[in-house]
Amino acid sequence: MEIPALAWQGLVILAVFGITLLIATYSTYAERVVAAFLQDRVGPDRAGPYGLLQPLADAVKLFTKEEFFPAGSSRGLFIFGPCLAMTTALMASAVIPFGNTILLGDGTAIRLQAIEVNIGMLYVFGVVSLGVYGLMIGGWASNNKFSLLGAVRAAAQAVSYELAMGMALIALLMVTGTLSLREIALQQYNGLWNIVYQPLGFIIFIVCAFAETNRTPFDLPECETELVGGYHTEYSSMKMGLYLFAEYINVFVASAVMSTLYFGGFSFPGEHLLYNTLTSSQGELFAHNAVTILGTVVLFAKIFFFIFFFMWVRWTLPRFRYDQLMRLGWTMLFPIAILNILLTGAFILLFGNKEAKLDTTKQPAPTEIRAVARK
Amino acid sequence: MKLTNRSKHLEKKPMTLLERAYLPAVLTGMGITLKHFFSKKATIRYPEELRPIAPTFRGLHVLKRDEAGRERCTACGLCAVACPAEAITMVAGERKKGEEGLYREEKYAVSYEVNMLRCIFCGLCEEACPKAAVYLQADKMAPPRFERDEFIYGKDRLVEPVDPNARSKRGIQLTAEQAEALARRMAGMDA
Repeated sequence: MEIPALAWQGLVILAVFGITLLIATYSTYAERVVAAFLQDRVGPDRAGPYGLLQPLADAVKLFTKEEFFPAGSSRGLFIFGPCLAMTTALMASAVIPFGNTILLGDGTAIRLQAIEVNIGMLYVFGVVSLGVYGLMIGGWASNNKFSLLGAVRAAAQAVSYELAMGMALIALLMVTGTLSLREIALQQYNGLWNIVYQPLGFIIFIVCAFAETNRTPFDLPECETELVGGYHTEYSSMKMGLYLFAEYINVFVASAVMSTLYFGGFSFPGEHLLYNTLTSSQGELFAHNAVTILGTVVLFAKIFFFIFFFMWVRWTLPRFRYDQLMRLGWTMLFPIAILNILLTGAFILLFGNKEAKLDTTKQPAPTEIRAVARK
Repeated sequence: MKLTNRSKHLEKKPMTLLERAYLPAVLTGMGITLKHFFSKKATIRYPEELRPIAPTFRGLHVLKRDEAGRERCTACGLCAVACPAEAITMVAGERKKGEEGLYREEKYAVSYEVNMLRCIFCGLCEEACPKAAVYLQADKMAPPRFERDEFIYGKDRLVEPVDPNARSKRGIQLTAEQAEALARRMAGMDA
């Protein structure tokens, strides 16, 4: 039976959507278990085997809570806030390449990516920046000074750290010469991982990613010791759940972006050797698909590591004071990011950039593989 | 004025570049938490796992019977007098004819109540008892309850059952292994 490419693409989009939600759901469980383990406890272990049904129990709890609207709140915006936070969080995972292509017998290649846009990085950056509007609108609509303060903090923090994050990305762009996440992943598939070229840029990026996702040590918008609950003080029931959920989706997306940009995406050491061995024994089609699936598994391993890293940091570090946060963003990360750009520029002048280097590599680029398989 | 010489003089120096970079300190901290990640967990999964109880633990009261199965208590009231928390109340009664198999002495406790909310489990009643009738069990605790009056234990819940093997199901019971370990430790203490 002939299944058109569009249908396959729709399936991939559904899968990406589902996987994103599933991972966010189990991040809540993982967060509690990791927190417990780091504090010499065992964490939730009552709901189901090893407490695996805990997210379900949490969801039931959140859904059955009273839906509360504070007096004097603007009702429409109050509902719109969490919706926006959730929507923007979910949108970002659309452009992440979760794997190379799967080749079908008839030569169709299915990209393991919801949509491929040639400005993927800009898209992620833009959508993630939009996420702060969810916090701002929610904080504003609550008619509560603590919520408003949290919202203002969120906005100021997002603006400050997006700057340094953007600068770190510019340095990466200079190395890769493309904005497409798939292109960047494929470059690393054929060459060295970007972390080798951009160690400083990665450190800046990961610090900013913590700030962008509002995770400790940068969780000042919801700083419960100062602001009760920050922007979600007045939220209850599933609207609160949506905010919490959006945070975990953001963590997942940030982890995926970091893995893709700096840690080779779906590439893993020895993939070309594996590809060549499998090609000689099983044929090109099988080899390509096997390497792709293994690559996707490896990418998820990287993502899970970064999600764990987010949690690890959260349960290690205390929260920054607000002036420290601003000082770190503006007087340290921002100048270092500019310095990183200058250094990168100097290195490119001296040694040439990655695109130029790619021409000398011996391994076949995956686009060529696809062309071969189509014949 | 200084009260002791133990106070430490701290100098507030501006942070060095390495300190301002935060990262070394962050990495050290993360190393510490990672060590805890793999360390032994302090959690006791309570209903399934119980903490080891000391062999001298003073738990829930029991009113003993003698070897013929008769209640030992004669309602002399010494335990109530000894009780610092005034948790014990009793009503004495005279043994009727034909009740010799039930009560050891001519006088017995018609009612005997211990208020477990008042009781401080000091064990003075046990020491005061001249008839070796009241004991605090080492392997049983007063369980939590929803109503306050459920904490007033009457004779129905205090007196030992006639069959020594049929222990009361009330209270928190040790598992077989725990009871065995306890018995072993108690044997060691006697020796």
